Amino acid sequence: MQFMLLFSRQGKLRLQKWYVPLSDKEKKKITRELVQTVLARKPKMCSFLEWRDLKIVYKRYASLYFCCAIEDQDNELITLEIIHRYVELLDKYFGSVCELDIIFNFEKAYFILDEFLLGGEAQETSKKNVLKAIEQADLLQEVRYTPNHSHVWQI
Amino acid sequence: MSARTQCEERGVIQRECAAIRAQFRQADNGGRSHNLAKLLYVHMLGYPAHFGQMECVRMIASPRYSEKRVGYLGAMMLLDEKQDASLLITNSIKNDLSNSNQYIQSLALCTLACMGSAEMCRDLAPEIDRLLRASNSYIKKKAALCAVHIVRKVHDLGELFTKAARSLLTEKNHGVVHGAVVLITELCERNSETLERFRKTVPDLVQIMKGLVISGYSPDHDVAGISDPFLQVRILRLLRILGRNNEGASDAMNDLLAQVATNTDSTKTVGNAVLYETVLTVLDIKSESGLRVLAVNILGRFLLNNDRNIRYIAMTSLQKIVGTDHNAVQRHRGTIVDCLKDQDASVKRRALDLSLALVSASNIRSMMKELLSFLSSCPPELRSQTASGIFNAAERYAPSQRWHIDTILHVLTTAGGDVRDETVPNLIQLITNTSELHCYTVHKLYRALLSDISQQPLVQVACWCIGEYGDLLLRGECQETEPVQVTEDDVLDVLETVLQSHMSFPSTRGFALTATMKLSTRITENVDRIRSIVSIYGSCIDVELQQRAVEYNALFKKYDHMRAAVLERMPVIEKNSQGHINGETIKESQTVKVKPGEPQHLLFKRLMHSPWLNTDLKLMQPSTLSVFSVVATVTVYEKDGVTVTLSCEKQSDSGLTVTLTASNSTESDIRGFTLQAAVPKSVQLHMKAPSGDSLPARGAAKVTQMVVLNNPNKVQLAYLQLVSEVFDLSPIFYSFGSQNI
Repeated sequence: MQFMLLFSRQGKLRLQKWYVPLSDKEKKKITRELVQTVLARKPKMCSFLEWRDLKIVYKRYASLYFCCAIEDQDNELITLEIIHRYVELLDKYFGSVCELDIIFNFEKAYFILDEFLLGGEAQETSKKNVLKAIEQADLLQEVRYTPNHSHVWQI
Repeated sequence: MSARTQCEERGVIQRECAAIRAQFRQADNGGRSHNLAKLLYVHMLGYPAHFGQMECVRMIASPRYSEKRVGYLGAMMLLDEKQDASLLITNSIKNDLSNSNQYIQSLALCTLACMGSAEMCRDLAPEIDRLLRASNSYIKKKAALCAVHIVRKVHDLGELFTKAARSLLTEKNHGVVHGAVVLITELCERNSETLERFRKTVPDLVQIMKGLVISGYSPDHDVAGISDPFLQVRILRLLRILGRNNEGASDAMNDLLAQVATNTDSTKTVGNAVLYETVLTVLDIKSESGLRVLAVNILGRFLLNNDRNIRYIAMTSLQKIVGTDHNAVQRHRGTIVDCLKDQDASVKRRALDLSLALVSASNIRSMMKELLSFLSSCPPELRSQTASGIFNAAERYAPSQRWHIDTILHVLTTAGGDVRDETVPNLIQLITNTSELHCYTVHKLYRALLSDISQQPLVQVACWCIGEYGDLLLRGECQETEPVQVTEDDVLDVLETVLQSHMSFPSTRGFALTATMKLSTRITENVDRIRSIVSIYGSCIDVELQQRAVEYNALFKKYDHMRAAVLERMPVIEKNSQGHINGETIKESQTVKVKPGEPQHLLFKRLMHSPWLNTDLKLMQPSTLSVFSVVATVTVYEKDGVTVTLSCEKQSDSGLTVTLTASNSTESDIRGFTLQAAVPKSVQLHMKAPSGDSLPARGAAKVTQMVVLNNPNKVQLAYLQLVSEVFDLSPIFYSFGSQNI
């Protein structure tokens, strides 16, 4: 996967994960154009489109569009499953997730994504395991730091 | 964030950023991660946040997990490998990779895999290799994907990970196996030797797949009844790479693929994802024919699926094999053609590509019906491609000439604005060569003009036809179609309408004017009307049109005796591919290949009437319509440093010797300079060999060539058309006998 974008129906970006090195300017341009292209599509249309030299897979969940750019050899249908899995993870974590959750807890959304995908590829195929890891990491975040200790409690 | 306008929002952001900056400058306080998070949010809204980069670097080095976490997130968002600051975190990453806490190790691995530069990768690769071998599953699976990133950045490092990758395949943890498969795939794609070595893993991969497909329900990895579809898809993809071009490997996986293809539940997307990958693999390896048929049938079923996505990918896959498995794909032609009517433009495009690939001699009539129907309603961005596709198909498989002409006319009527330039001359050639249909064609085109003169290519061809075959219209009889009852005025009206219409391109008006002129020899009563049209356009603002009109005027006045011969019916044209290469303006490059043995008079006509000259009957400049007396020397070409002159000497009452002299004042030699000549049928021509065939530079030497003409029938007018492969030479007219014009 080259990148994943989450954006609202008004075109507001809610999450952007880039797995390829591009300048800020290029990222902005791509985002702007791609968002426009996807928003222009009608509801019943195909989830796949060819855009520039990339394959784009997108799916709308409530008010959010999940949009991925994949490579030529990548399987479009499994990418839809990857998107779906990510939504399920968010849903489980936030409890019936909605766009506001992602707006106000955007860093959590990133942490969850980073526990599911790594370097653009799926790292853990079990939903349970991803959620467990997030839970543990969250707990770690709660542990207080005392100045006299040089490392954090291990859990 | 309750700003109501963009401007208000900017104000709020600015204040917030100022506050954040201030906070960053302060000593360590509990709110650092919170502030950085705020900054990252601001960054996502599209505002600059580069002043946060150093804060990220600091946070990453913090011993607090909460700060590290946000720090690394910030690094992934604000620091890409192109930023200098990214190098600063290399050391932190290195330390964190060996941290006793796996969640801290995880942060480092994730960040490295996301934005690690080649330099960072080289630095840290040994660490990653170590982690691949000796750590828990949680870390191993991440290390594997990190290794993938490293290999993508620094190809040579692939060697380093080969051994570890191999042993990871034997682990039980799905995440680890998945990572291993992805890593092995990457290594094999980069290096063919590595690929050879990994072929040995095919039996292991087959075993793992079998375990997933056959064994019972595994709750942790189940998705709608499919056990770990993500892993299945990756293994299938790896098998594809390993089985490609290799009989042994392909054999070893044959049974498994058949099993997956048959047993996978196709009611949900996830099952179809696995089936799709299976099909791709079967079609790419050296599979048994039975298995291949199975795969194509799966694609056929996909074509009938209600889900548009499935139909789309089915067509993408079929397109890949339409060359190799043509008959298999033909079986699904009906469904594919139906997809032309799909609402989605991407699906339509796929269906078009496939449909065009499936046209054959046996289905041309029915396919063309579908394609023409598609053309009339397809999205504008597909019209040009559809029109070209139709023309190609028609040319290859036309069951009859009349069908061919009808098809092209249909396209011109429906999508005239989207066809390529060469359509017009191609069609003219086709029409000219189908002599038995001249009457039919001119009738059809005349009727088309009556209803619509907006489609330029159609109008151009129609004008040309009327100019050529207008007499057939006037005759009032036609075998192939209902004849029209028109008068000469009616026909001239139509042409004049085109001439005067604001919709007509300048080139179209040229066609119309020339056609009008040609009719002067095909009608009997209204020649005066033509004379007056031609004379009016002699003062037209359009220079091209004006020039033609003036020349035609001259044809009426001074050279009236030539008119019939010049405007005669066209002979059969051979396609001349040189006339319009490189999209050059045809007016400039009038190089015309002379075919060996071509009768000389036909050559002349061809040059005069050639549609590829795009000016149809472009007569030479009036000034070059020079007729000369015995001793005159005429310059027939003078351009870019090359001069060709002609002088002649009367030998007898019917004989003439013409001497051509060429010289070259440019800085380089001109090679391949040969002249040929064309004369009327009754004149005998004998060309002697030239003194040389290359013109030396700087006028060092001249080249001469003698041409002997004999006019025993004392034809009133003789013309000499000089042709060179390199230069555009004008014809010369010579009048034999006492009548010197």
